[in-house]
Amino acid sequence: MSSDGSVRIAFSLQHPGFSMQVDLVLPGRGITALFGRSGSGKTSCLRVVAGLQAAQGVRVQVGDEAWQDDARGVRLPTHRRPLGYVFQEASLFPHLSVRDNLEYGMRRVAAAERRVEMAQAVQWLGLSALIDRRPEGLSGGERQRVAIGRALLASPRLLLMDEPLSALDLASRAAILPYLQRLHAELSIPVLYVSHAIDEVARLADHTVVLDAGRVVASGPTARVLNETGDLLPLGEENGVLIEAVVGLHDGAYHLSRLDFAGGHLWVTRVDIAVGGHVRARVLARDVSVALSPASDSSIANLLPARVLSMQEEGPDRVLLRLEADGGTPLLARITRRSRDQLGLAAGMAVIAQVKSVALAA
Amino acid sequence: MTPADVSAITLTLKLAGLTTVLLLLIGTPIAWWLAHTPSRLKSVVGAVVALPLVLPPTVLGFYLLLLMGPKGLVGQTTQALGIGLLPFTFAGLVVASVLYSMPFVVQPLRNAFEAIGSRPIEVAATLRAGPWDRFRSVVLPLARPGFITASILGFAHTVGEFGVILMIGGNIPERTRVLSVAIYDHVEAMEYTQAHWLAGGMVLFSFLVLLALHALNGKTRVL
Amino acid sequence: MTETMNRLLTGVVACVAALTMTVAKAEEVQVAVAANFAAPMERIAAEFAKDTGHKAVLSVGATGKFYAQIKNGAPFDVLLSADDETPAKLVAEGDGLADSRFTYAIGRLVLWSSKPGVVDAAGDVLKKGDFKHLAVANPKLAPYGAAAYDMLRKLGLLETLTPRFVTGENIAQTFQFVATGNAELGFVALSQVQIPGKPAEGSQWIVPASMHAPIKQDAVLLKKAAQNQAALALLKYLRGDTAGKIINSFGYER
Repeated sequence: MSSDGSVRIAFSLQHPGFSMQVDLVLPGRGITALFGRSGSGKTSCLRVVAGLQAAQGVRVQVGDEAWQDDARGVRLPTHRRPLGYVFQEASLFPHLSVRDNLEYGMRRVAAAERRVEMAQAVQWLGLSALIDRRPEGLSGGERQRVAIGRALLASPRLLLMDEPLSALDLASRAAILPYLQRLHAELSIPVLYVSHAIDEVARLADHTVVLDAGRVVASGPTARVLNETGDLLPLGEENGVLIEAVVGLHDGAYHLSRLDFAGGHLWVTRVDIAVGGHVRARVLARDVSVALSPASDSSIANLLPARVLSMQEEGPDRVLLRLEADGGTPLLARITRRSRDQLGLAAGMAVIAQVKSVALAA
Repeated sequence: MTPADVSAITLTLKLAGLTTVLLLLIGTPIAWWLAHTPSRLKSVVGAVVALPLVLPPTVLGFYLLLLMGPKGLVGQTTQALGIGLLPFTFAGLVVASVLYSMPFVVQPLRNAFEAIGSRPIEVAATLRAGPWDRFRSVVLPLARPGFITASILGFAHTVGEFGVILMIGGNIPERTRVLSVAIYDHVEAMEYTQAHWLAGGMVLFSFLVLLALHALNGKTRVL
Repeated sequence: MTETMNRLLTGVVACVAALTMTVAKAEEVQVAVAANFAAPMERIAAEFAKDTGHKAVLSVGATGKFYAQIKNGAPFDVLLSADDETPAKLVAEGDGLADSRFTYAIGRLVLWSSKPGVVDAAGDVLKKGDFKHLAVANPKLAPYGAAAYDMLRKLGLLETLTPRFVTGENIAQTFQFVATGNAELGFVALSQVQIPGKPAEGSQWIVPASMHAPIKQDAVLLKKAAQNQAALALLKYLRGDTAGKIINSFGYER
């Protein structure tokens, strides 16, 4: 059927105290994030796709290959599914060297069907210095890079990644993210990426599926899903919007870059991307305040004319404002209830959104 | 040492070696099943395998004698198969030794398999390795200390086996007269010099076995 | 509450007093009995208690073990051995009283099969050799084994039959080999197959006593029990008619 290479995942799962119902069609390329709090069923979903976990009414179809279709009695065992699986902990084979770990899956794929060369994987993931070492001597981040390389060298048609960064410290995460972004650019296969970290999702995912208590609550392009369903997500302080922008110009003197998007622009610390390049900016609700008129005496450089769409109280003291900047770009602002009353804010009013900081996602 | 003692030693080593090989073949799937099954039968099977640990060897030997005898179920089966009766034969000793030393092989293997857990096996499955391939390329090397422990304990325990063999062996030179029976005969007949040679040798052997075990397995706890 | 306690205590004291008194009155003898003689000895001990009021406390086991235990201070008064060598040795070593030693029973060797029709009344089956395993007790350890070797040697069959021997470490184990049918036939003690009140099973040939040295089972009074009235009474009782009848009924001679 789906000659476009799309991935179809459907199954249901019944455990005492937990039930899961999933029916998804995901794009055949790019990274799809499975996002949700712990216990929402993200990992179960990957395990069912890999054939590591039993479920009912399973249907897993990757492109035109049916890996499992319970209705037709089709069920490939895990080792016959051309997938790559990166587990939360790197799970390298402790009895094998890094090279033997990398080659483990590769050797089991016929030479004609190999799509990733050893040299390529080593280069993408920066493994050349590690190749002759033993797993026990590697740092957490290095191990995870080897595990990713090992999965890729098995020439998967679908790459499954189960919170590959969650076991790592902040520095290791920061170090490994660029490798993942590079993979994103180089790989033509779809990736299912489980995460509960919004920054990873915002940075890496093209498509996002939000799971909550075993149900799919949203599925679509990442920016849309995050912006539209933000309230549903377990984000708290991380609530915000994702803005797709292009680099408008660089200001060498002040070391700044201007990001242009529909209806405005944002100044950010100079980015390493050429003018015209695409970039994702994440603007958190807690970093946005509003004023009724443009203040000329503020240090905040990013002022965006916007309109109040709705207001939602968050606890006794705070209010989340849903704004729409000119050109339709959504924004979230978190202010105090007192400020709302002092400004006399109401739905439909024109305001100036003051953006204190912007995080670059890609 | 008399030629009879030498033949008892050779026979003992042959018995222990063959028993160990058979136990590794039989014990591995049992230990694997015990380590991974969610079945409720697990505790029953585990208890049956561990029985020789708590039963006096003479009890096991007595029931084997009955079972493998012409009136016993096993005996009738072996006769129907044209193998004849097992008591007083080397094959009978092997069967008894396999049962008797079973827990000493199954337990270390089961511990080793449980320590490996299911993750490395799942990883191997996602890397295209089929069940046998996974066992050979992941489980075997990771469970190596368990296999070493199991082999040495199974071998040593069979060498030291006495009560069961006494019950079903018949003390036939070069067929069922093993070292421990030879020692017993020497002691009972008050031939202490010969007894010392064999018994002292056995003590030394057991010590060396345990020493080797600790040296080979290093940090891993054996018993 | 305290009253109940008091009453209870008085009761306990009375009981203990009564018990110690009975023990003091009837004397006791600790007897080490060879395993093959356990069944007849139980009956003899019962009669002994009835007739004399003394109590014989029996410990059943292997003679060799008893020897080692006696040498190491075991509290036995009388040893009823399975052979005649051990009591002689104990006397020679000063642990037994020389003039107390006597043969209380003579064992009879029997060629037995648990199946009817296997052993003929003349023992010709040995010459025909129509069997796979012949169970014999270890001649070094068991008098019945030594007797069987003795007899086969006299018949000139020892050499030819040795390859078919399965050796029991004692006469009880030898019996087990035959009883379970694993050995078609074997040399056992008549006392093992001739049990009063039980029908005879299988087939047997009682080996004529002339064909082997007598299997003497000797009793000896141990030194520390020289003054034990119950022990002296038991040894006397063993020579008497009541014991003699029981001994004979179990397939022993005297």
